[in-house]
Amino acid sequence: MTGIVALYIFMLAAFTGYEVIAKVPVILHTPLMSGSNFVHGIVLVGAMVALGGAHTPLEKTIGVIGVLLAAGNAVGGYVVTERMLEMFKSTGNRAGKSTGKGTH
Amino acid sequence: MPAWLSVDLLIQASYFLTAALFIIGLKRMSSPLSARSGILWAGAGMLVATLITFLYPGMSNYELIVPAMFVGAGIAWWSGKRVAMTDMPQMIALYNGMGGGAAAAIAAVELYRGEAQGYAIPTLAVAGGIIGAISFSGSAIAFGKLQGLINSSFRFSGQQFLNLLLLLVAVVIGGMIASHYDPSPMMVTALFVVALVLGLSMTLPIGGADMPVVISLYNALTGLAVAFEGFVLNNAAMIIAGTVVGSAGTLLTQLMARAMNRSLGNVLFSGFGDTGAAATGEVSGALKPIEASDVGVMMAFAQKVIIVPGYGMAVAQAQHKIWELCQLLIDRGVNVKFAIHPVAGRMPGHMNVLLAEAGVPYDLIADLDEINAEFENADVALIIGANDVVNPVARTDKSSPIYGMPILNADKAKNVIVIKRGKGAGFSGIENALFYLDNTRMLYGDAQKAAAELIQAVKAV
Repeated sequence: MTGIVALYIFMLAAFTGYEVIAKVPVILHTPLMSGSNFVHGIVLVGAMVALGGAHTPLEKTIGVIGVLLAAGNAVGGYVVTERMLEMFKSTGNRAGKSTGKGTH
Repeated sequence: MPAWLSVDLLIQASYFLTAALFIIGLKRMSSPLSARSGILWAGAGMLVATLITFLYPGMSNYELIVPAMFVGAGIAWWSGKRVAMTDMPQMIALYNGMGGGAAAAIAAVELYRGEAQGYAIPTLAVAGGIIGAISFSGSAIAFGKLQGLINSSFRFSGQQFLNLLLLLVAVVIGGMIASHYDPSPMMVTALFVVALVLGLSMTLPIGGADMPVVISLYNALTGLAVAFEGFVLNNAAMIIAGTVVGSAGTLLTQLMARAMNRSLGNVLFSGFGDTGAAATGEVSGALKPIEASDVGVMMAFAQKVIIVPGYGMAVAQAQHKIWELCQLLIDRGVNVKFAIHPVAGRMPGHMNVLLAEAGVPYDLIADLDEINAEFENADVALIIGANDVVNPVARTDKSSPIYGMPILNADKAKNVIVIKRGKGAGFSGIENALFYLDNTRMLYGDAQKAAAELIQAVKAV
């Protein structure tokens, strides 16, 4: 990947992030912040590569800390986001019934 | 394996797929109905990327990678499953800080090794390292503050100057490393120590009320750090995912700051969010108490009731009882709605999550713009554990610290009932003029107990 291509990717990804969030209703802001928190858990991939190429004990120690933290970011982010969004699913199903009662 | 199918191609294709799945996932999270599938799509992307990385050419130390992954994932899984919904914001801060720390760790490994050529790669490694380290220590402080582990603010004169100085020192050290002038391990160590201290000293003076904005900012910063380290490792999935989070997080931070009527600079460089403001605005009149039985009758015979929940309701775990009460009212033909201020709860959307947990259908939940015109037609506005977000002083009193903040027009309702534990002021320490209006009655007591009494009262009608 050449520098200029990397810059293009950077720019397009920045606009993508902005556009995707711009249309999100306020009620989903907290789950979405959590969701985006999960997405940068991709740092796990980088941490694996960094540790995979570590040689000295110092590099290895930092690498292990990196993988440990990154795995925590990815898994923790996933679990809490999923828990929050799980509730939206169940209320979505119940919504039809309750409003049916409320608007008679 | 066919000749054209190399391991490298397989890895690149997998990362491409992962980037696409992340963006689809985030997109699907933009609607309540498809939101849950969104996290599943993104999760699938993460799984693909993680598994394929084991095939990365030239990888060693598997005996370290696998246990580290399992320990980190295990602890996060266990804590994520256990945390209460009210504590979500600080949990997000914690996981976010871990991501920042991981990005800093990648930078540290690369910089200690010092094999990078040219200027671009070391510069990006240094920048990502500084940002990641700030996000790591800053998020840890944010967690500590929201969890109630850190209560004092550690403010002293010249603090901004110190922060600026620390940033300057970090940039100078980083410049010396990136320009190959002095890339010694000692300098690399100094870089990370300074950045970590900067994260601490930046976050310590910020008050609890402003923390959501800060967490959101650190979320964006971690994204950026991940993107920078993606450049260093030549990893497109990290660049795309990190950048998307960086820009999305920046927008989200702005939206939150705007909802609180605060500029980002104000949040970071002034100490308001910590009840620092004096109780301004003399309020005349008396607080008029009311009994739960009277409120029950009032609500049972109302046409329209609007509930304004605040963090106090969530802390008292009253949302289930409140929803039970609302169902009784709905069965009687009362039009019930929930009015959510953008900063109700601890961050935008937090209150919606708490109500969703209690089973409130999201089409009964209205945000500020939708509901404000409806208060005039409401017979009862029931305010539970909310304070500053319904204070009419924000509209009228220019000297008030919350002047100009968009508020819910609960004072326009025919009757305003405020469930409140005691007579104290709100999170900002400002006296609430709403409580003294002629159409306002105070129902004193714990939110959960008050809700239970209201249920009995409505049943008795």
